[in-house]
Amino acid sequence: MTAVLLAWLLPLDALAANAIVVGSKVFTEGYILGEIAAQRIESASNVPVERKLGMGSTGILFEAVATGAIDVYADYTGTLSEAILKQPDLKSVADIQLALAKMNLVISAPLGFDDTYALAVKESFAEKHDLHTISDLARIAGDIKAGFSYEFMDRKDGYTRMAERYHLSLAPQKVSRMEHSLSFQAIDDGAVDLIDTYSTDAKIKKSKLRVLQDDRGFFPVYQAVWVARKVFVDAHPREWQALLQLQGTISADAMIEMNSQADIQKLSYARIAAQFLGSEAPRSQSWQASILLRTREHLWLVGVSLLFSVLAGIPLGVTAVRFHAAGQAILIASAVIQTVPSLALLCFLIPLLGVGTKPALAALCLYSLLPVVLNTFTGVRNVNPQHVENARAFGLTPRQVFFRVVLPLASPTVLAGIKTATIVSIGTATLAALIGAGGYGAPIISGLSLNDVPTILTGAIPAAFMALIAYGLFEILDLLLIPAGLRKRR
Amino acid sequence: MLKLENVYKTFEDRTVLADINLSVPTGATHALIGSSGSGKTTLLRITLGLIPFDRGYVKVNDQPLLSLSPVEWAARIGYVPQDGGLFPHLMGHHNVSLIAKLRGWGKSRIADRVEELRKLVDLEANVLKRFPHELSGGQKQRVAIMRAAMMDPSVMLLDEPMAALDPLIRHSLQQELKDIFSRLGKTVLIVTHDLGEAVYLAERITLLHEGRIIQSGSYRELLRQPADPYVTLFINAQRTVPDASEAA
Repeated sequence: MTAVLLAWLLPLDALAANAIVVGSKVFTEGYILGEIAAQRIESASNVPVERKLGMGSTGILFEAVATGAIDVYADYTGTLSEAILKQPDLKSVADIQLALAKMNLVISAPLGFDDTYALAVKESFAEKHDLHTISDLARIAGDIKAGFSYEFMDRKDGYTRMAERYHLSLAPQKVSRMEHSLSFQAIDDGAVDLIDTYSTDAKIKKSKLRVLQDDRGFFPVYQAVWVARKVFVDAHPREWQALLQLQGTISADAMIEMNSQADIQKLSYARIAAQFLGSEAPRSQSWQASILLRTREHLWLVGVSLLFSVLAGIPLGVTAVRFHAAGQAILIASAVIQTVPSLALLCFLIPLLGVGTKPALAALCLYSLLPVVLNTFTGVRNVNPQHVENARAFGLTPRQVFFRVVLPLASPTVLAGIKTATIVSIGTATLAALIGAGGYGAPIISGLSLNDVPTILTGAIPAAFMALIAYGLFEILDLLLIPAGLRKRR
Repeated sequence: MLKLENVYKTFEDRTVLADINLSVPTGATHALIGSSGSGKTTLLRITLGLIPFDRGYVKVNDQPLLSLSPVEWAARIGYVPQDGGLFPHLMGHHNVSLIAKLRGWGKSRIADRVEELRKLVDLEANVLKRFPHELSGGQKQRVAIMRAAMMDPSVMLLDEPMAALDPLIRHSLQQELKDIFSRLGKTVLIVTHDLGEAVYLAERITLLHEGRIIQSGSYRELLRQPADPYVTLFINAQRTVPDASEAA
């Protein structure tokens, strides 16, 4: 029984050792491009494809592809030159290609669309004033009511520079700063005429907006490209070729359409990608199978991390009681770890452990440490010293004193610490999906990016159930592990 | 036989015990009495081998403490801590059999010995299936005595055996304790601050004051021929209830 359970829980990564791993960033467009890449490879070859979609932000994805945790993902030229290479002046794809080659990475030619800042007006407004380009705005500048996001107003390459470049003088009292997501509402209601947006935002279609052409090339170029490991390109030329065939085929309109299918019509990424590729959508996993898989990943994350934090935490807690100075150091260190934001901790661990299950386990283990160490410390320290002295007087060796007297007397407190660690860990483990470790976090994160509550719930509800079941199991464990003489007294 | 010879103990330049000589013959019951701060608890801990001392010998049947390992020493002295000192996580009979189990005794040997001691201290069998917090003060004491006697030590050492007990229970337990000691036939040393307890349970009394033995002898000797004014002071201080004649 136990063996079967263990076999079921054993590393999932091992199953897909030879698979091509496709990653993606954690927003709608990223998921769709990831799914397109995965399906394109699947249709062109028999090599199994593993999807690690929604892994996180640029830094995590880039680290993942650099360390070989994933083979290929979609990124943007502007992001690569500014955020990764830190050379904003690298504009052309060829220059970026050259710079990345030193890091053993390869990029494709642009896929077609450019996801950058853009200015948009209502289609009807554009018709009325015959607007096609940003330059056209100059004619009616004094009358335009604009709603711009804080970021666009404050960025160095934002509103001020753009106005200079286009000699555009909007009336200052008619330019309002607003939260980006509210600006669509504002333009729908006619409260503003002009907003800043991303050029492939799904809401452009929904709100019937026209994106004004950046005719003076002011905005940085964020052309989508495939980013792949050189090793992958060399080992799988046929699959890479299949991806290259998509170069120049995804227009801005097509991308907007796909984003809106996901964000507004709530179609699955797999189906959207299949439609785009003109193929059948791959048979999606039944929800039962997918929850089962998530459960397995989540249990693995929580179980293994907990095992290690208990194996390390109890000796550390005991050491903290024995040696005062070391004890304070241990307690402070485990408390400090607790204050590191989980995302930051994951990021710190990536250079050391790469992405995927390993850094997630390490992070969870570190987070579970404090309750285990602290409760062990408190439990052991609060054991009545008279019992310890009596035990010595009866001739128990130090080892016997610890295992026969101290540990049993401290066990209710120690176990309470492990219980806390487990429950917290089940919650925290949902963040592991951000670095591709899967678990219940995967649907939660993907659902958040889509603002799709049912998807979020397919992760959140099982996680809550797992916490409840864990709580129940600990009640039983209390009965088994805490000596009855200590239990009844409470 | 328990013997303390020229025992000295200093703690941070302060003399805690000086020139302690005490001999309890085999089968005798002896009380070590003193007020708090007299050094009796230190002497108790030295006798149990829990803390080091500066000079002298502690011997059981002429074997010095320092020639034996802690485990060997513990086998020679059965200790009954104050209020029984039972481990709260263990049932009565597990408290009694813990050491025997650690020494590798077989199940039936343990069961036989526990049964023998249970009859000796006059406890009902089901009492041993309870946890310490479910026992009365007198029951705790008896279980603790069983535990101390389990390995058949030569000497029994009791710390304030009655201190935590209700006066009425105390009165009835005193007689039973005396019977138990005579049935066990062990050398017994009782450490206490309570003169009444000492007088009732022990044949001889040693009065300890400021780390020194003031007088050893029977209660009658201490009363009639006090070696020091402190002896009389100590005895009188413990007669808290005035006699009927005095009250009149």
